[in-house]
Amino acid sequence: MIDQHRQAFKEEAYELLTELESSLLELEERPDDQDLIGRVFRAMHTIKGSGSMFGFDDIAGFTHEVETIFDMVRNGKLQVTGRLVNLTLAARDQIRAMLDAADSGAGTDLEATAGIIVGLRELAGFQGAEAPVQKEEAKEAPRDPVTYRIRFVPSRDIFITGTNPLTLLAELKELGTCTVVAQTGGFPSLEEMDPEGCYVYWDLILTTDQGENAIRDVFIFVEDDCELKIGAIAEHSRYDEQQDYKKLGEILLERGDITPQEMEAVLAQQKRFGELAVSQGILHEGKVQSALAEQKHLKEVRQEKQVADSSSSIRVPAERLDLLVNLVGEMVTVQARLSQTAAQHGEPELLAIAEEVERLTAELRDSALNIRMLPIGSTFSKFKRLVRDLSAELGKQIEMTTEGAETELDKTVIEKLNDPLVHLIRNSIDHGIELPEAREAAGKPARGTVHLGAVHSGDSVLITIADDGAGLDKDAIRTKGIERGIISASAELSEKELFGLIFAPGFSTAKTISSVSGRGVGMDVVKRAIEALRGSIDVSSVRGRGTRITVRIPLTLAIIESLLVKIGNDCFMMPLSLVDECVELTREDVARSHGRNLAHVREQLVPYIPLRSRFGIGGCAPDIEQIVITRVDGVRVGFVVDHVIGEHQTVIKSLGRAYKDTEGISGATILGDGSVALILDIPQLVQAVEMERG
Amino acid sequence: MAKVIMTADDSASVRQMVTFTLKQGGYEVVEAVDGKDALQKLAGTKVDMLITDLNMPNLDGIGLIKGARALASCKFIPIVMLTTESQDSRKQEGKAAGATGWIVKPFKPEQLMAVVKKVLG
Repeated sequence: MIDQHRQAFKEEAYELLTELESSLLELEERPDDQDLIGRVFRAMHTIKGSGSMFGFDDIAGFTHEVETIFDMVRNGKLQVTGRLVNLTLAARDQIRAMLDAADSGAGTDLEATAGIIVGLRELAGFQGAEAPVQKEEAKEAPRDPVTYRIRFVPSRDIFITGTNPLTLLAELKELGTCTVVAQTGGFPSLEEMDPEGCYVYWDLILTTDQGENAIRDVFIFVEDDCELKIGAIAEHSRYDEQQDYKKLGEILLERGDITPQEMEAVLAQQKRFGELAVSQGILHEGKVQSALAEQKHLKEVRQEKQVADSSSSIRVPAERLDLLVNLVGEMVTVQARLSQTAAQHGEPELLAIAEEVERLTAELRDSALNIRMLPIGSTFSKFKRLVRDLSAELGKQIEMTTEGAETELDKTVIEKLNDPLVHLIRNSIDHGIELPEAREAAGKPARGTVHLGAVHSGDSVLITIADDGAGLDKDAIRTKGIERGIISASAELSEKELFGLIFAPGFSTAKTISSVSGRGVGMDVVKRAIEALRGSIDVSSVRGRGTRITVRIPLTLAIIESLLVKIGNDCFMMPLSLVDECVELTREDVARSHGRNLAHVREQLVPYIPLRSRFGIGGCAPDIEQIVITRVDGVRVGFVVDHVIGEHQTVIKSLGRAYKDTEGISGATILGDGSVALILDIPQLVQAVEMERG
Repeated sequence: MAKVIMTADDSASVRQMVTFTLKQGGYEVVEAVDGKDALQKLAGTKVDMLITDLNMPNLDGIGLIKGARALASCKFIPIVMLTTESQDSRKQEGKAAGATGWIVKPFKPEQLMAVVKKVLG
């Protein structure tokens, strides 16, 4: 059995290690003894070699590092020093520990291994990146199938090296769709023929996604003494647009089997090209057959491709995309200026151009932003691992279900979402899902569920984290809120407000602090992270049934649709996704509300914030002001401005460090006329006003 | 009928591993401890393939390959030699003597099977 081999190797290795130890100790005393150095090197070499042969890959990999160093010592590139001997002894002990561990199944101390390797590399004077790492076969990304034209002409005496060319052809066929044409044109007459010689050669057309190296690998044993030509003939994307594959003559011409002159001479006769070429003795029939086979092969491959029509993709560095999006952003700004100028001049021709540019820019913007979209699924799978590990650690049985993994979000957003989502899931596992016994006592299945879902909703994505755990304890939250001084003892809070408290800084209801969900620093950080993405977070919970947290995230960060408004001479932007409607506010309305800042909108009272006074903008408001009514966390709040100018594509520019903490402003943008408009941070403004009112 | 493969190696542990791997793959195996032993056994049994080490006492791998190719029964069988990376010159020597291919040591069972499949079909 295989264990037997492993056992044999281990015995051998233990012996070698004992020998190694004594050699090293001697080496310390006689650091220049080449014989000893050679002995150390050979011991390492054998351990590495046999180790990888019998499945001790970790030992082989580690020993390789030590061996590399001793190779340098052997070649006089490195001196034997006390430190080197110390490290090598440590390495020797580590190998022994790894051997021991392999038996018991216990893990080895990876940190110690890494530490020794780093030490050795430092000693050798190279940094990690330049270190001679064991040749790793580069993992190549799946690629599009390419069609190769292969001509394999074996040497006459291929049979006497025991090679059977047919097994090679069979191996090629395993790589993809393959058409084989045997060329028998080289046969001599019977008298001259060597019966043990090979006179046949092969033309092959192979469509494979394995790459040229895989083809060369097939011929690795014979490539030195055979004639092997491998060439890609068609990138599939290229000839897709062509009506037909190349003409027979073109193929032969490309292969160098025929000269252009010969071809023209033949073509002049206006008969079937292949037949003619053969009858005139320019070509052997086999070559024509081969070219015809290529034609047919590619037709077939293309048909297959059309059926499958697999979506091809290319990899592009993220910076290039960022640059593209930045450029599109600039473009949008310039386009706005063009539109504005055109409108001012009122020249019909210019207006038409401006409109065309506007339409194209919008399309360009959408597709540029689309490129940056990634499915959120990759993050989901990471969370599965998290759930598995955490539930094991806490002794809970938890299953994670996901939905909408294909939902796409901006790359940057996905990256920034990771931490908040990890935190929310941890909370669900730690505080939400109960222990199996408690669940069964409550009449629920012992195995809890954490559901992670993503779905598109307008220009945002809703991500939900739902568990079927204990749910939020309103009383506990209330008690804690009072205790922490977040709310007053007499405060009357709605359920929503109460749940909102868990996002307050320094709030935690868990009775014990666990390593999993931390020390109550979590939820307020989560909320801030989500808001930094211009998103919002919402909690609903039923005691005993579970908790559902909904995160709403805008699709992209770089460019938003917004509403351009004006107060005095200043322009402001309000994210259109938050805007519900606009209504007028007359002087009479203001007078009627008796300073309570409430507007009547279709039988409903909507509180509003007069931005003019809020921002301390001087001057007089017009007789009829506008209220832009927004919806934040499901609550309608109005913002009073002088004028609503209209929708605007806003390229968000951050304000820089100095203005980072400015309340109520999330960024700025440049308008068509070159002036700057500030982007209002609606949720923050609402929150600030609520806080002031207590 | 299962194909017969001969492994010639002076190292018992390598021989053991090769034999085990090949038997797992459904082949019959004949073991030989060096080149001389191998040639004697080849004269009496028909094998479909030979896997040989290069460094062996009595008769080395190159000698074995030459000797085997001289036998009518072994003229066209695949012969694969086991070499180490540093032995490129030996590899050429082996090819000149009539080896079909080579396996670089250290190797894993999967690699051995891949080469056997490649040359034996």
